[in-house]
This record gives sequence, C-alpha cells and structure tokens, in this order.
Amino acid sequence: MFFTYLRRELAGRRKQTAIVSIGMALAIALVIIVNSVSSGVQLAQASVLGSVYGVGTDVTVTQTPTAPEEGAAAGGRQRFDFGAAEGTTADGTTSVSQSRLDADLGTSTFDATALDTVGAVDNVHAAAATLALRNTTFNGALPGSADMPAAAPTDDAATGAERPEGGPDGAGGSSFDVDSFTVLGLDPGGEAVGPLSAVSLTDGRSLATTDAGTNVAVLDSSYATTASLTTGDTVSIAGTDFTVVGLVSAASADADTAANVYIPLDVAQSLSGLTGQVSSIYVQAASSTDIEQVQADIEAALPAATVNTQADLASSVSGSLANAADLVKNLGLWLSLIVLAAAFLIAILFTISGVTRRTREFGTLKAIGWSNGRIVRQVAGESLVQGLIGGAAGIAVGLLGILVVNLVAPTLTAGATSAATVAGPGGPGGRGFGGAAPAVATSDVVLTAPVTVSVVLLAAGLAVLGGLLAGLVGGWRASRLRPAEALRSIN
Amino acid sequence: MYVLTNVTKKYEQGKRTVTALKNVSLTIPDGQMVAIQGPTGGGKSTLLQMLGALDRPTDGTVSLGDADLSELGDGRLGRIRAQEIGFVFQGFNLIPTLSALENVETALAPLGVSSADRRERASAALASVGLGDRLGHLPDELSGGQQQRVAIARALVKKPTVLLADEPTGNLDEGTRDEIMDLLEGLWREQGLTLILVTHDTAVARRAQRRLLIKKGALTEVA
Ligand SMILES: Nc1ncnc2c1ncn2[C@@H]1O[C@H](COP(=O)(O)OP(=O)(O)OP(=O)(O)O)[C@@H](O)[C@H]1O
Ligand SMILES: [Mg+2]
Repeated sequence: MFFTYLRRELAGRRKQTAIVSIGMALAIALVIIVNSVSSGVQLAQASVLGSVYGVGTDVTVTQTPTAPEEGAAAGGRQRFDFGAAEGTTADGTTSVSQSRLDADLGTSTFDATALDTVGAVDNVHAAAATLALRNTTFNGALPGSADMPAAAPTDDAATGAERPEGGPDGAGGSSFDVDSFTVLGLDPGGEAVGPLSAVSLTDGRSLATTDAGTNVAVLDSSYATTASLTTGDTVSIAGTDFTVVGLVSAASADADTAANVYIPLDVAQSLSGLTGQVSSIYVQAASSTDIEQVQADIEAALPAATVNTQADLASSVSGSLANAADLVKNLGLWLSLIVLAAAFLIAILFTISGVTRRTREFGTLKAIGWSNGRIVRQVAGESLVQGLIGGAAGIAVGLLGILVVNLVAPTLTAGATSAATVAGPGGPGGRGFGGAAPAVATSDVVLTAPVTVSVVLLAAGLAVLGGLLAGLVGGWRASRLRPAEALRSIN
Repeated sequence: MYVLTNVTKKYEQGKRTVTALKNVSLTIPDGQMVAIQGPTGGGKSTLLQMLGALDRPTDGTVSLGDADLSELGDGRLGRIRAQEIGFVFQGFNLIPTLSALENVETALAPLGVSSADRRERASAALASVGLGDRLGHLPDELSGGQQQRVAIARALVKKPTVLLADEPTGNLDEGTRDEIMDLLEGLWREQGLTLILVTHDTAVARRAQRRLLIKKGALTEVA
C-alpha cells in the first residue's frame, strides 16, 4: 500500500512534485558547481604557488628587508657610475655598457648558515637555499666632450639661441637603454625541493651537482623565446658569459617559472658579491602534520626571519584567480546556502500546504483505522522521494554545469609575489628603479572544475536531508489532524 | 451493542462553549438499523463521532461491546475503527489519486492483510456493490452514485460489526439515492450489521427499524 499510494500521489500531484523537486534540484546543482569550481580554484592556486615555490615546499624562510638607513640609500640603489675613462669613444660619442647583478627588488639576503640551522630543525625532510638576483644591463651613448659647447659666450647664453647639435639623439643629448632579467642562484644538485622541483625540462639538461662553480645557466623557456636564446647559446650575466645548457617551463601551460635564468648558487653569490648570502630557504616537512611545528621551530631558531607556510602564501596569489577565489568563497558559498535554505523552505511549505489541502483525506484514513505512524510515514515518504528526485536532477544539472565550465575552461591570470615580498610591511618600495613594483611571477591558469565523489555524496545527502525535514514537518502536521475531520461537511 | 450513558459533548469555540450533545442516553442492540434525524446543527454528526470512536465525550460513557470508547487511548480507538467500524460519508471521501480498487484496499492496510489477499477481497467487495468492472477507475472517472458504492465497498471489505453513515445520500439525486439505500439495506440484511445512518431525508429514515431525533443536542425517540 505504501508504495502504491506514494507512486499515485507523486504522479497524481505532478505540479507539487515538480515545484518541490525543481527547487531542490537548483539548490543541489548550485552546491555541486560552487563546490567543484571552488576546488578548481584551489588547484589553480596550488599550481601557481607550485610554479613559484616548487612542489612539495611546505615552508619558506625569508628575511624581512629592512628599510635603508638614512644616508645609506646609495648602498641599496642600483647605480651606474662611469669614470671619465670608461667606455669607447667614436665619432665624438662615448658608448658605455655595464651590467650589474644585485639582489632582486624587494628581497633581502641573509647568511647562508641559516640553511644548516633550518636543516637541524626536527621533522625537516629537505631544505634548499636560493639567491634571487636581478641582472641589469645599462647600454648608453653619451655625447663626447667634443660636442659639448665649451665655454659658451655669455651673451649667447642669455638668449639660449644656440642649441647644441650632434650627439646620439641628434640634439646633443644621450640615449640609454636598460635591460633587466631575474637570475636565481640555486643548489645545482638539489631538485627535490625548491623552485626547480615544479618545472619540466623542455630542452637540454637541468643543472647537476657537477655544475657547481661553472658558468652554466638554465633558462625559463618563455624568457628564452623573448630573448631569442636557446640551448648552446651564451647569456651574459654581470658581464660574464654563461652557457645555456637547458630550458625549463612551468608545469601548467602558459605559467612563468620563478625566474628567467637559473645558475649555480656559488657562482651567483660570487658574481653578485653576496658571498655566503642567500635570499630564501625552501623547506619540506617530514609530513603535513609537522608543518606548524617546523614553522614554529624555525621562527625560534631564526628570530629575524620570516617563515611562511603554503597557506600563508596562498593569500599572496593575486590577479583574476584571486578574484575568482574570493568570488567563490564569498558569493558562491552564500548563494548556495541561501538557495539551499530557500529550497528547504519551499519543500517544507509545500508539504505543509499539501497536508492542509488533504485534511479530509488524512481524516478519512484515520477514521478507517490508519495509525498516525502510517500517515506520517506516507507524508515523509512523499517528501523524501521528491527530495531524491530533486537531488538526482540537481546532480545531473550540476555535472552538466561542471562540464560546461570545463569545456569553456576560463583562463585566469594569477600573480604570485615571490617569497621575500610576502613579508610585506617595511619592504622598501624605494629600491630599484623609481620604486618598481615587487617582482611578480604572472601566469595564466586554466580553471578546471574537478568532480569528486564526496561532492556528489554531499549533494545526495542534502537532498535526503531536505526531503526528510519537509517530510517530518508535514508528517507532524498530519499526525495532529483529528479523525473527526473526515466528517467535516464539504462546502 | 452500543450503550451510551449521559453523554455530553461540549466544544470550546473561543470564549463560547457549544454543547453539541446534552445528556444523551441510548442503547442500540446488535443488528439494528437506526436512522438519526434532526435540524442542521442539532448534533447528529457529533453523535455519530461518539458512536464511531472518532472522538471522546466530555462527560458520560460510550461502550461498544466490551470496549469503553470514552476511556480508551487514540491507538486503541484506531484499532477498533480499523476492525469493527465502517464509515460512509456524505462527500464519499475517496482518495482522488487512488483507483477504486486501491481505495477499497486502504481499509485493509491497517489489518496486516497480505497484498494478494487485499486485492482479492477488495475486488470481491467492489463486485458485491456492482462495480466489478470499474476496478481501475479513479474517483473522478466515476459518477456520484458509483463513488458512494466504492465508499460502501471500502466500509464493508473489512467485515465490520457496525456501519455508520453520515448523510450517505445527501449528495445524490433521487434515483441514485434509492439505489444506494437498496444496496445498504440489502447488505445490512445479508451481513447482520448494526447500521446507523444520519439523514435529513424522511423517505430514507422511514426504511429504518428505529428513528431518533436530535434537536439542540437532546435526543428523542420517534414513535
Ligand atoms: N469541531 C467543532 N468545534 C466547535 N463546534 C463544533 C464542532 N463540531 C460541531 N460543532 C458544533 O456543534 C453543534 C452540532 O454540530 P453537528 O455537526 O453535530 O450538527 P449536525 O446535526 O451534524 O448538523 P448538519 O445537519 O449541518 O450536519 C453545532 O452547533 C456545531 O457548530
Ligand atoms: Mg452533520
């Protein structure tokens, strides 16, 4: 009887069944899509972080850059000083070219012995140090002294009528060209942890332990394309020629790797004059449960250092990916909660109004001997099945929505500021050229929305919950009806 | 056998108290056919509720056989209704989404009858009211008289000892009214039921062995 009655009610009152089920379906679909897109965004964030910090890096150690002391500004500034005798002079124009290799903008270096300190911390599985540098090449042509009007006649100077002629710009001025790229010095043998652990080799070879002390470089493949360089070519860093031995690219398409050029750490240190200095240490904990302890212990051992976990770093991801993450986290979550609550409310209200409409029907069943339990079961069963129909439809619509997201595959741009700038406040904006922005590795990430069994189970569970909730409220109402309602005259 | 002693039923309606039955004492032996008449609002349906174990009196006792209907709990009253009492209503009260056969089966559901048995007994009951060829019809697809026949089959399929009917012909035209009354009377005679029916219609009341009149909650016998 239970199933016959249930089937007949659902089929006989299609409109009510449809409304309750559609409401539930919309809510369930939304929950599935939001959930899936949200884990897609998390994956994207992880891949962006992976391309910058490497896979498996749990903790990074950097040092908060201190603001340059007064009067010491020159020490931090990139400055090109040319002596009178420097450069070559031809046709009355002096050409100068100079490369400098300095700590990258916004980074601060610290003693490399910190690596040993970190390595001694409990539950540190692996640690690697890097030195982030920026190579800046200044190419310029200055007008030679021959072109400069010597001691200009005083009367002419007053009118300024006579303009200097000649010189590289044709007006007696000079022409400059500044070119810069990022250089990362790293332990050539240590690929297990650090920036190179997340990249894939596209040409040549990676750095090997035997490369220590030699002038070899691995290039980011997109930088190599821009700079028209390939394996076997030479790249000039701080005036020294390096042989390009390999090209690497980020694991995710279109994303940039952490730096343009990778060279052995010891070479980087000596070329930049930062002997015994590093800018970041990448740490892998023995297990994910140890991360907090590792972070705390490193902070204790290196009080001056900034110690970030991956979770801290996730907040440094910027760009449209960050917007998407915010959108999903805030709007998506609230929207699905609101729609879910609305669907539950619709299911409950429709069940109550259905019970009210069927007062005489339930009264009659009670009059002919149906127990309250039997009637509650019937009402709850109807709501539950409506919820399940809605849940099944919702899962179908949700999966379809995810399919659409994956087919459209929206591309998000993400910027991950490199480790040192995560340190944030106190970072000297004044360093570098006109307070240039901190180094940001920008990448394009294609958003994919993964489907997990747990999301589908969650959706099914919500559908059952909604159906049961409505059924229990409706059943409770039905159980309170008096059997004498059967005798109510109909008007 | 019904024995009602000093039955009073009061309804609280806001601040007002309506006394629907006043000190009603009545004995109905098994197998009797009784008609209850009276003006509207007089208390006919209320009395039927007391007899049908649908509600308990405010005062006094109602007993059916050995059971004291004024004292038993809802669960026990429900079981007595399921086993011993059949109802027929003015508005037929069929479940609109169930077929004629399924409507009749609902009366057997609380009795733990197997589904095969249920079908068999329900179709036999429908055949006995002349609807053997309408088993799969929905109430909407049946005439008023046919719907009331389905309701009568539903009331009698469990072989009750008492059949209570509240205005069973109130919604029917004269011809159909007589058909239904013939059917009820025939079944009463055949099955040895106690048949108690409420009616406005004197032509219907005249068919009964005994006629009662309720006015303003007070019961009198009609000679
Ligand atoms: N549930 C209730 N709550 C309040 N008052 C009620 C209730 N049921 C009946 N009454 C009142 O009790 C009185 C008797 O009602 P009852 O339904 O028994 O009359 P009736 O003789 O069946 O009338 P009708 O011929 O119109 O069916 C009426 O005044 C009615 O308003
Ligand atoms: Mg009445």
